[in-house]
Amino acid sequence: MGLRVPGSGLLKGLGVTLRTFLRPSVTQEYPDEKPSLPARSRGVIALKEENCTVCMACARACPDWCIYIESHKEVVPPKEPGARPRTRNVLDRFAIDFALCMYCGLCVEACPFDALFWAPYFEYSTYEVKQLLHEKETLGRWMAYVPPPDPLEDGAEQPKELEAGARPARSPARTEEPARRGPSGPTDEAGVREAASGAGRAPEAVPPVRTVPEEAPGEPKAAEGAREHREVGMDEEVYQAEIAKGTPERVARAKAKSAWMRKQKEGRGE
Amino acid sequence: MEGVVVLARSAWGILLLKLIAILGLYLVATLVVGYAEHKVLAHMQARLGPMYAGRFHGWAQLIADGLKFLQKEDVIPRAADKWVFSLAPVMVVVPGIMLYAVIPWGKGLAGFSSDVSLFYALAISAISVVGVLMAGWASANKFSLIGALRSAAQLIAYELPLVLAAAAVALQAGSASLEGIVEAQRLPFILAGQELGFFIFLMASMAELSRTPLDMPIADSEIIAGAYTEYTGMRYVLFLLAEYAGMFGLAALGAVLFLGGWRGPGFPGVLWTLVKAGALTFIMIWFRATYPRIREDQLQKMAWAWLVPLSLANLMGTAAFKLLF
Repeated sequence: MGLRVPGSGLLKGLGVTLRTFLRPSVTQEYPDEKPSLPARSRGVIALKEENCTVCMACARACPDWCIYIESHKEVVPPKEPGARPRTRNVLDRFAIDFALCMYCGLCVEACPFDALFWAPYFEYSTYEVKQLLHEKETLGRWMAYVPPPDPLEDGAEQPKELEAGARPARSPARTEEPARRGPSGPTDEAGVREAASGAGRAPEAVPPVRTVPEEAPGEPKAAEGAREHREVGMDEEVYQAEIAKGTPERVARAKAKSAWMRKQKEGRGE
Repeated sequence: MEGVVVLARSAWGILLLKLIAILGLYLVATLVVGYAEHKVLAHMQARLGPMYAGRFHGWAQLIADGLKFLQKEDVIPRAADKWVFSLAPVMVVVPGIMLYAVIPWGKGLAGFSSDVSLFYALAISAISVVGVLMAGWASANKFSLIGALRSAAQLIAYELPLVLAAAAVALQAGSASLEGIVEAQRLPFILAGQELGFFIFLMASMAELSRTPLDMPIADSEIIAGAYTEYTGMRYVLFLLAEYAGMFGLAALGAVLFLGGWRGPGFPGVLWTLVKAGALTFIMIWFRATYPRIREDQLQKMAWAWLVPLSLANLMGTAAFKLLF
């Protein structure tokens, strides 16, 4: 410990305050200067209405019963002639009463279709409790505050939505749109759109795609695979170049196919 | 301007000008020290302090506070002794102004000078405790009474080291007039031989002002501002005024006694006095930001068991030094 000079603690204390005095203060002048909250802050719950299928999972998960959902069923005409019409849930009202909400986030956890998100937005205080009941229009507007997802870790699996988005259309006869709006419905489409628009992820989103569709030839779904083989063309130039470099034939073909796909996508202007 | 010249020709006119100047200095010093306390305390706690009033770093905060206090209801408790209660703040403020009158802010720039102005200053600054006692007694409130009695005990305890430290300076300078003391000090070693006295003076003046860490008489967290508990509005402001102006007044007195007053190279003397007094004020605020409140018995013990013997030794040492050399 060494020799303790009496009163040295007092001087040390003076040193601490003086050092703090000379440093810049940590105050954020809030209304002028917005705080930069962490992306996962539980500020408000936003609703992506297109993704909602009215499955009620959130309302059931809510311990406070602060989520109000109303919907009706609509009959959708069949897609192909001769098929039977489908019914579909249409969301009429989605409201969260933030006066009751305890910000536990169980609804966000429960949502199977990525329709509810946390957003680090907090400036919605009101003078009246009643005004804290926010309808789906407001909740939808708050989607603007939802931060883009974190970039994937190195070596992480590509999300299924991205793979699906990179896959070419099933049959050349069909146009682009109906193929996308398959039975898996709005979820898939919206997921793709969101994944594609996710900022910060776009650059590394493209390269892993190339290996995906063709990595497992001769697997159980051989028949379907065969059909796809006809659709997926090969970039001859790339193939020859890879072979010339001494790349194994299988890998060269995969690379050539992905090059072809990229060209197709560019041609479509995606 | 011509009016000023005309006034300066007659003795009464000069007196009036001096009064205005001293009162102006008193009020401005209060505002500046109060603002400095806000800002320095805040920055020592890594905060910003007032930032809105007056747009630029909250410079008008104290003016805004004053306006707010003006609008407050002037409450006098029913059980209070009305006359004493309303006179007490005046009793606290007036000695402060009278102290400002005697301090030589520059060469020949004192409200009035006298051969014993040092003792005038010390005596005057001790009067304010009467006001505090009046306030505490007249409030008819037990917290106020406790606060007032603590205040009186503290003042008696710390008046001794304060006076003894100042006496040693007077002894060394061979003069009891503030101007004489300033003249007698030798630059650049203005503190020569009185470092201990300076320390004692600083501690004692903080105790006189009941400033944290020696603010047991006010101790807002336990006896709710002591003698000031029952005061509201403008009357309360007068007490605050007395505290901040008193801080600067005693700091100026310390600057005159120990730091060479108006003397210094380059700048006009008044500026030197103000800068030195400002530095001492900063130290007082710094102490407040750093140390927790001292317990009542520790406070008394520090005065009687440490500062009084030390200042006596200091006085005797100074006398011996003076005799021998």
